[in-house]
Amino acid sequence: MSFPLLTATAVLPAVGAIATAAVPAARRTAAKWLALIVSLATLALAITILVRFDPDGGRYQLTESHAWIADFGVRYELGVDGIAVALIALTALLMPFIILAGWHDADPLETGSKRWRPTQGFFALILGVEAMVIISFEATDVFLFYIFFEAMLIPMYFLIGGFGDRAHEHGEEAASTQRSYAAVKFLLYNLVGGLIMLAAVIGLYVVAGNFSLQEIAQARANGSLHMATSTERWLFLGFFFAFAVKAPLWPLHTWLPNAMQESTAPVAVLITAVVDKVGTFAMLRFCLQLFPEASKWATPAILVLALISIVYGALLAVGQRDIKRLVAYASISHFGFIIMGIFAMTSQGQSGATLYMVNHGISTAALMLVAGFLISRRGSRLIADYGGVQKVAPVLAGTFLIGSLATLSLPGLAPFVSEFLVLVGTFTRYPAIGIIATFGIVLAALYTLVLYQRTMTGPVKQEVSAMPDLRARELVVVAPLIVLLIFLGVYPKPVTDIVNPAVKSTLSDVHKKDPKPAVEAAK
Amino acid sequence: MSASAVHSLWTTAATAADPISKIPAPKIEYGQLSPTLIVVGAAIVGVLIEAFVPRKSRYYAQVFVSAVALCAAFAAVVGLAADGYGTTKAHIAAMGAIAVDGPSLFLQGTILLAGLVGLFTFAERRLDPEAHGNRVDSFAAQAASVPGSDSEKAAVKAGFTTTEVFPLLLFAIAGMLVFPSANDLLTLFVALEVFSLPLYLLCALARRKRLMSQEAAVKYFLLGAFASAFTLFGIALLYGYAGSVSYATIAQVVDGSITNVDPALANTMGNDALLLVGGAMIVMGLLFKVGAVPFHMWTPDVYQGAPTPVTGFMAAATKVAAFGALLRLLYVVLPGLRWDWRPVMWAVAIVTMLGGAIVAITQTDIKRLLAYSSIAHAGFILAGVIATSKDGVSSVLFYLGAYSFVTIGAFAVVTLVRDAGGEATHLSKWAGLGRRSPLVAAVFAVFLLAFAGIPLTSGFAGKFAVFKAAAEGGAAPLVVVGVISSAVAAFFYIRVIVLMFFSEPRPEGPTVAVPSPLTMAAIGLGVVVTLVLGVAPQYFLDLANQASVFVR
Repeated sequence: MSFPLLTATAVLPAVGAIATAAVPAARRTAAKWLALIVSLATLALAITILVRFDPDGGRYQLTESHAWIADFGVRYELGVDGIAVALIALTALLMPFIILAGWHDADPLETGSKRWRPTQGFFALILGVEAMVIISFEATDVFLFYIFFEAMLIPMYFLIGGFGDRAHEHGEEAASTQRSYAAVKFLLYNLVGGLIMLAAVIGLYVVAGNFSLQEIAQARANGSLHMATSTERWLFLGFFFAFAVKAPLWPLHTWLPNAMQESTAPVAVLITAVVDKVGTFAMLRFCLQLFPEASKWATPAILVLALISIVYGALLAVGQRDIKRLVAYASISHFGFIIMGIFAMTSQGQSGATLYMVNHGISTAALMLVAGFLISRRGSRLIADYGGVQKVAPVLAGTFLIGSLATLSLPGLAPFVSEFLVLVGTFTRYPAIGIIATFGIVLAALYTLVLYQRTMTGPVKQEVSAMPDLRARELVVVAPLIVLLIFLGVYPKPVTDIVNPAVKSTLSDVHKKDPKPAVEAAK
Repeated sequence: MSASAVHSLWTTAATAADPISKIPAPKIEYGQLSPTLIVVGAAIVGVLIEAFVPRKSRYYAQVFVSAVALCAAFAAVVGLAADGYGTTKAHIAAMGAIAVDGPSLFLQGTILLAGLVGLFTFAERRLDPEAHGNRVDSFAAQAASVPGSDSEKAAVKAGFTTTEVFPLLLFAIAGMLVFPSANDLLTLFVALEVFSLPLYLLCALARRKRLMSQEAAVKYFLLGAFASAFTLFGIALLYGYAGSVSYATIAQVVDGSITNVDPALANTMGNDALLLVGGAMIVMGLLFKVGAVPFHMWTPDVYQGAPTPVTGFMAAATKVAAFGALLRLLYVVLPGLRWDWRPVMWAVAIVTMLGGAIVAITQTDIKRLLAYSSIAHAGFILAGVIATSKDGVSSVLFYLGAYSFVTIGAFAVVTLVRDAGGEATHLSKWAGLGRRSPLVAAVFAVFLLAFAGIPLTSGFAGKFAVFKAAAEGGAAPLVVVGVISSAVAAFFYIRVIVLMFFSEPRPEGPTVAVPSPLTMAAIGLGVVVTLVLGVAPQYFLDLANQASVFVR
């Protein structure tokens, strides 16, 4: 038996989480270093997966399969396709930066007993989330996926509710109330989505008799597993609802701004750049493969919702006064693009969507983490409290600018490639929707540039005049992300090479071919 | 199968001309009844200990005898199961009164383990501050003395403790052991009374807040007596319908497969009105015991008023026993009637799930909250009962096993959080507990997450099992309702977690008492079972699966 690489990649951060939690209360710094080292080791394993994965090989590689709960028809089945590999790499890549950026976010306040260990808890929870996210990307058993899809809510919930920005305009009491509100809202939205999916998971078992993604997809393809049209649609809706809450898609998005606003910047990155990706990833992997007919049936409605997400998210981002909320609404707009790319059912669209997931993760991390550094300096999230920062902290302002430009998909930076692919992929099949979606880019330019202009340019405000520039630790966080943004913007081939074959097989699952180019069709 | 005991006695009386020597001696399989007999015997020994052993050593003698008896009885259950009495050798013992089969043994094992863990919490003597230099437990110094009276003060001063709780606990467990294995209606009723009466008493014995405790006991007793009366009335009607109290005979009459019709009962026999009304009344009595809406009114008051160890034991073990009896009644006696009872049970399950979950939201007392949560759980289990399939039985068995350990553990944690007035059960006092005692709060959070059915806890595996069985049994709408009420229920479990972890601790908040190894064992066992059944439930699912065939 070969080395269970996929299991190891998920187990390592889980073990690291337990070890971090067990570090004695006084050895806070040791816990931080331990978490960082574990996340780096996980990254090494993820890179090994990346190397060992052969894009032109079989569909699912590095597979593992063991009996687990035979009574429920559940097996412990792991396997990765190109899409999963890209997202695992993204997750493992972002984690060290998230941990580094949150280095001081959980240093204990004076309240609490001697046994109260918030720092250990914070980093243990982050590693726990990493473990669960990675295993959700790897699971090819629907039940296994579901378990971690749901279980990851609990550590996320404690991260959102337990740790927030230090400074708050209405004092610590109000901050803690708002935080727990945001945490409960996050949990309830996602739990309801998850429970509805549970009903669909049970329904799938009743119809199919097991949970193996490959077996069910195969049985569906060769016709040995027949699903009544209405059954398939109900099950599809059950799955899609959960993923749309997680992703989040308008009108199920309202938990995201609260959660991102109240949590610390690294946790906000964790939510939007990593955890939410599980939702869009699952649409590709589970909705399309298990329910191809229903996916096609639902496409028009989903495209309209995605379009609304794009425009609505962007419009609301323009009107925000709070930096983190602005990024949250921008993310909602971007998730609209991703979902649109997935359901355009073209190879460009889906490749673009997968690439978008990766790029959005990197660009949001860059923008949000720099914003977090900014906020921690001034102690305010309000845009109006800043002005002229670029004169006192030019490096901070410069990195913030690059993050902003990546968010608006400036050509040359990574998100441009994916956004372009998504738009092209959508346009070839649904020209009208593609055209309207383009307005999202225009609005993106508006909200990011206005944000930059208001905070960084203009006369230096009194309160920011003594603001220090980025420290070494912060530079270590930001610089690699920016390098990546530029590199993938110029040369996205490494990612697209891995992703493309997987997208092709997903498309063939739903029996869709790319539409012929218009010129050729006219001949 | 022989005709029922009652039936044969009756025919013997009719042919009274025979010489007396011909009366057949009842054949009792003592070995197969040994779990119950051991517990009853130990309970009687406990009564003797109360009478003859000096007060000082009673506590130790009682705890020792009870623990040994419960372990021995559990060993007997395991032995019987290993001998194949749960599967191939399953049969009906004691002249048709007791069924020894898979569900019986599984539930008896669960009840005995729950009883043992319950015993640990009963025997805890480190939580309450010492009264006049004597260690005391959660029970009244002298139950007979009026609360607040001089005699009570004298009893407290003398360091009396009510060690009678241990024999009472054993009697209750003995009744619960018989209840799910009863194979005729009279045995069912006797078992019902045998386990109910000690519980009524136990509820009244709280050391603190005695008036509330006594009020709870009176409510429980009055409503329980009503339920018993209903059950008894239903038994009478079913006897009129079938001419027998034996489950097998009644089932035959329902099927229409009976051959020897008794001429004396020819007028009423097979009268469907008797069957429907009688069956409904018995089921009503059982639904009262499991706390299903609309027979749940007693639950919150009793759970709140009773001493917390009793509440934990009662919440776990009563549910196990009562659901066992309900399963046997519906699956063995009334399967021919399922087209009649299924719609009713659908309605009961739906209102129970939703009612329990929705009303729980407004609760401010942790014990009442857990009471309403137990109602919602009764609804989930009913969904498995409705499946009317082998999977339905095994899922219910699994759920009951998983649920009882979570429940006892959760109530054991409640006993730890105390202030000057005893247990601090008001939710507002739990604010910031996670900061003061992270470990206790984390353990309680695990139990709450299991109640909420979050994956990787036993609650999820159980919920999945019953919902799967229900969906396969064609009750998909029930699954949807179950999922919705799970979401509602999750809200109030989460609220407690929010309070514990995200609220600032209050300066005058409660302290967490350091328990003796007894309570620690109860809580630790609860956590271990919760996580093991959540991560690797296969072995226990197999066990429940093997145990899921009723003998007829």
